[in-house]
Amino acid sequence: MAEAPRPGQGPLHVTGEVLATKKAGAYRHLTITAPGIPQRFRAGNFVAVDAGEGRLARRALWIHRVKESGAFGPTLDVVVDATGPGTTWLADRPVGARLAITGPLGRPFALPREPVACVLVGVAHGAAPLFPLAERLRERGCAVNLVVAAPDEAHLLSALEARRSARAVTVITGDGSVGVRGAVPSQIAEILERADADVVYAVGPRDVLRAVAGAAEARGAWSQVALETPMPCGTGLCQGCPVPVIAEDGASRMVRGCVDGPVFRGDRLDWEALG
Amino acid sequence: MSTFPGPVMVASGCGGTGRELAAYADLVGLDLVTRSITLDPRSGGPSPRIVETPSGLVNAIGLQNPGLEHFLATELPWLVRAGVRVFVSIAGSSMGEYADLARRLSRAPGVAGLEINIGAPDQVGEDLFDVREPYHAASVVAAVRREFPGDLPVLAKLRPDLSRIVEGARGVTDAGATAVVIGNAVPAAMPDGRPGGLSGPAIGPIALRCVAAVTAELPDVAVIGGGGISSVDDARRFLDLGARAVQIGTALLHDPTTVARVRAALTREEDAP
Repeated sequence: MAEAPRPGQGPLHVTGEVLATKKAGAYRHLTITAPGIPQRFRAGNFVAVDAGEGRLARRALWIHRVKESGAFGPTLDVVVDATGPGTTWLADRPVGARLAITGPLGRPFALPREPVACVLVGVAHGAAPLFPLAERLRERGCAVNLVVAAPDEAHLLSALEARRSARAVTVITGDGSVGVRGAVPSQIAEILERADADVVYAVGPRDVLRAVAGAAEARGAWSQVALETPMPCGTGLCQGCPVPVIAEDGASRMVRGCVDGPVFRGDRLDWEALG
Repeated sequence: MSTFPGPVMVASGCGGTGRELAAYADLVGLDLVTRSITLDPRSGGPSPRIVETPSGLVNAIGLQNPGLEHFLATELPWLVRAGVRVFVSIAGSSMGEYADLARRLSRAPGVAGLEINIGAPDQVGEDLFDVREPYHAASVVAAVRREFPGDLPVLAKLRPDLSRIVEGARGVTDAGATAVVIGNAVPAAMPDGRPGGLSGPAIGPIALRCVAAVTAELPDVAVIGGGGISSVDDARRFLDLGARAVQIGTALLHDPTTVARVRAALTREEDAP
């Protein structure tokens, strides 16, 4: 259950401004001022943003990066995958456009106390939150192996930058346009073996997350998976993003993807009920 | 101090457990209607539960809630400690369940009042006691009132259905309701045909019409209005028509600061000479 935020923590609801917009493959990267939000950010957090006049549901976007932008103070980078009218509206926001933003939202990735071997798996735009995670893990002395996967090159997120964030990078595409041809589920066991992984982090479609969680469990590694569930509000108010989890007592119950997640322990998700 | 809520309340089902609002509003003195609580826990319906329509949301949450026991043990004490004025929304599959809920909540410290959910958009599909007939709604209110102390408000939330609203409001008030809440989601369908409820600015004018009908025909009945309110101007429209208070729901999903904003603006007006 979500705890009430202490002062200086918890989400803020602010008006941001688009400072830069850049097309990268199939995606649009937006750099946004969001006063106060970057300072509270932890890897795995997301923001909820408006998606245009008359659209009441909000769009949840991973925070891809927090960076210093001189006069504007710290800013946020988000990755927009324009798949519908709301995300298309967002992707089309010009420089200078104002945007209502709520964040940082959600439980972030848990970081290991020890400098262990980590594998990070991100599919398509789901790789976005893994870059800041990789930085945190490297600061802690963890060996970071990053796997970025996508159906094709256009949907592969920042593979070049990935090489700066991780010790080893594996690129997998469905059509083989870059890296290894294939999909994560059939290769994850071998990747974990090769990295001698103690902890696995993954963001992407459910079948990939399930395969990653299963492979982690098979070798006694911890897994943390981030679900990309549609979140109508993102703030825990609407109960529109149910996620079935298995509690300590073995019973399955519904929690909210936005405030109880989006990051879950892979062994706690009720994969059967999740579908 | 008046026990009557308002001028701004958080509508049922749009405030999470209440504590998520702490980031966006001062909880002290906040009038919060909880999501509907049933006797037994309910896990709710399948995904998707909420879809966007022009200026509205259609929801089919399926009354997900942790059940009365858990609510009393964990959620209620937290809210009371935080200073929230908690109006517990109750929903039951039988008249007896409504009475049970009211009896047990009458003994719970800190409850500011009850809101009886008798206008859910899909009463039958959600396995709720069928109160489509105003007579049945009045019976539920009477049963709840018998079990709940007379000095705390019992609100009866009715569906904004113009053809039945005046008759319904009269019935529940005669049965002991302190006020009627007009402005539930309007029966609608999800894109796949599942029953749901439409809320948001799309239904604002419908709720406003129902409020106008009741305040005109039943001037002695206390009305709390809601439907599509996202600004102080929206709220004022309901108040100007005679509503004693307003509820804000769907707007919170879009901007969680809405209640704090509207509340502050209305309070400033009240304080003005």
